[in-house]
Amino acid sequence: RTLDRELGNMDTDETLPLSQRSEWSDVVPLTQDDGPNPVVPIAYKDEFRETMDYFRAIYSSDERSPRALRLTEETLRLNSGNYTVWHFRRLVLEALNHDLYQELEFIESIAEDNSKNYQLWHHRRWVAEKLGPDVAGRELEFTRRVLSLDAKHYHAWSHRQWALRALGGWEDELDYCHELLEADVFNNSAWNQRYYVITRSPSSGGVEAMRESEVSYTIKAILTNPANESSWLYLKALYKDNKELWISDPSVSSVCLNVLSRTDCFHGFALSTLLDLLCEGLSPTNEHIDSVRALATEEPDTNLANLVCTILGRVDPIRANYWAWRKSKITVAAM
Amino acid sequence: EMEELPRITVSQREQFLVENDVFGIYGYFDASDISTQKYMMEIQRDKQLDYLMKGLRQLGPQFSSLDSNRPWLCYWILQSIALLGESVDDELENNAIDFIGRCQGSDGGYGGGPGQLPHLATTYAAVNALVTLGGDKALSSINREKMSCFLRRMKDTSGGFRMHDMGEMDVRACYTAISVASILNIMDDELTRSLGDYILSCQTYEGGIGGEPGSEAHGGYTYCGLATMFLINEVDRLNLDSLMNWAVHRQGVEMGFQGRTNKLVDGCYTFWQAAPCVLLQRFYSAHDLVHHGSSHISQGTDEDHEDHVHDEDYPEDSDDDDSDEDSDEGSVNGHGVHHTSTYINRRIQPVFDSLGLQRYVLLCSKIPDGGFRDKPRKPRDFYHTCYCLSGLSVAQHAWSKDEDTPPLTRDILGSYSNLLEPVHLLHNVVMDRYNEAMEYFFKAP
Repeated sequence: RTLDRELGNMDTDETLPLSQRSEWSDVVPLTQDDGPNPVVPIAYKDEFRETMDYFRAIYSSDERSPRALRLTEETLRLNSGNYTVWHFRRLVLEALNHDLYQELEFIESIAEDNSKNYQLWHHRRWVAEKLGPDVAGRELEFTRRVLSLDAKHYHAWSHRQWALRALGGWEDELDYCHELLEADVFNNSAWNQRYYVITRSPSSGGVEAMRESEVSYTIKAILTNPANESSWLYLKALYKDNKELWISDPSVSSVCLNVLSRTDCFHGFALSTLLDLLCEGLSPTNEHIDSVRALATEEPDTNLANLVCTILGRVDPIRANYWAWRKSKITVAAM
Repeated sequence: EMEELPRITVSQREQFLVENDVFGIYGYFDASDISTQKYMMEIQRDKQLDYLMKGLRQLGPQFSSLDSNRPWLCYWILQSIALLGESVDDELENNAIDFIGRCQGSDGGYGGGPGQLPHLATTYAAVNALVTLGGDKALSSINREKMSCFLRRMKDTSGGFRMHDMGEMDVRACYTAISVASILNIMDDELTRSLGDYILSCQTYEGGIGGEPGSEAHGGYTYCGLATMFLINEVDRLNLDSLMNWAVHRQGVEMGFQGRTNKLVDGCYTFWQAAPCVLLQRFYSAHDLVHHGSSHISQGTDEDHEDHVHDEDYPEDSDDDDSDEDSDEGSVNGHGVHHTSTYINRRIQPVFDSLGLQRYVLLCSKIPDGGFRDKPRKPRDFYHTCYCLSGLSVAQHAWSKDEDTPPLTRDILGSYSNLLEPVHLLHNVVMDRYNEAMEYFFKAP
């Protein structure tokens, strides 16, 4: 672009309005059919309006040429949310059999200014899919960069998951999750990714094979930050398809008891986990009963699950109605 | 040796900053005199309408980034106006119908602006905007036959839908397609085939629903997924216990909702998260559902008669004195419902903290000059205005078991004049307009 200007190239100099570029002199710009009294009319700047008018012209004539490709780039820099332009750009790229590696770079340059844009990520997926497993590493690198600026970036995570699935590169993913969790154990996206890896990675033996090490990893995280909801949810997830094991595994019970015995931390998640275990059929031991009763300021209920609900209504008051609702759903049993 | 201070993570730091802002506002409110408090609680209808009407009439150049979302702007603004119980004048109405009509594609569906490729999200917005305008002119402007073709073209063999030709596929595309099909009475087996399977595969271990299979549970997608399952009558295929549990846990100390676990509160989730809570609670109630596993509790005999607990106000809530309001319901109920008992309970205690939620919206999201925002320090915008108001409506009506039961004074935070129109939870259009659309699209030929 700067070169064009320096050379005084009137044809393609992008600092000139399109109407003054001889390259476009044969095209009649098409104005937007807004009607006489549109609602939500936008006071477009001249450059924006003109660029869109020229885009409409080539879109309408379906011109899939190099200059059309350049015009879509200009248009997208003005509004990267225009999915019609992205769609048309794909048609042009195909028609011209354009270098898709260059396209990856183009996308990266657009992403610099606004990465929170559905269209950009869909376009990236389209390009990467065409390039195939050769770009597996590059897609992981790209998403890693975006995640280094925002470790919970939703589109980046979706793209990363897609790339792993379609292009491969699973080997270091669990380590990457660990890296992110070391930096921020509250990063729920990283926990979600852990689950993704252990359940979907072709080299993982699945949850069954990974359970022991993952449970140990998770319990360590829980004990360090008992108020971190992410780790509790993940722990339960490890037994999603084996509820009998969940209620019989001593590590699950003991992490609850451990947290409940502490005076310096939030007990809500330990209590709700215990409630879920009881609802699933856990036979409470004396240790369970004593542990819960120690927290009760209320008249102890003979039904332990009821009592847990009561205590939860007090220690987690935002959800007081929810715990009351849970209580109402528990079978009232006679002893 | 210096003791090492616990390291604060990015999540903790960001949360801390938001809490500071929010509790600062609550503290200021609590310390203010009565008249200041009254002012802060007021929705400020006039200012809201000013902001909305101005937006409908003219937008500045900074809106160029939404140039492919103009039906959304129409819907966000028109829905907000309708929630406030107002409507636009005939001239504006005609201009809106005309403009939206110019976004309609020749092969069906609506694009983000005149001449743009039809897109499911803008189609949803356009249809909802027209339904909100109401009347024959608006409703007849929708080409239903072409719409059917468009929806079918967007359908994918996996069961999901793509947003546009060769576009992205996710739970949002599924919802927008099905919501439109449902309202326009063009649902068919082809559209719903394997759709439930796709959405089911998007429910995560957390209980919420993600955008694509494997993606993190997220408020927006949870609403979309759940609403879709309701619309295709496959809700019971989801793990409802874990969904309910996830949704209620998204309400934080600020009293607003977050979109994902360990992320920040945002006013728009007032709708995306509260609606599922209400939908689920009503579903459990209507189907007399017992929470899974409750019969497993290993204690004593199976006293089954207690299983089907009536969804009544809880004993703790002793000052809940609405038996007066409800006892006449049976006799004035014109729907011919048979009641097996004389005490008809048409109210439930919402599982989320509704008054707390309303507080967040009115004190932290609402801008006195008009408009609503995500959280303090963020600017207002029409998207947040729509979803904060829609969510506020959901919260105000959360005690009602059905749409015939109006809220009580104590359900509404601030004065009763804050009361908004009730919405249809599966489409987020005002109930009255939805009913009108039903009349129009479902009338016998």
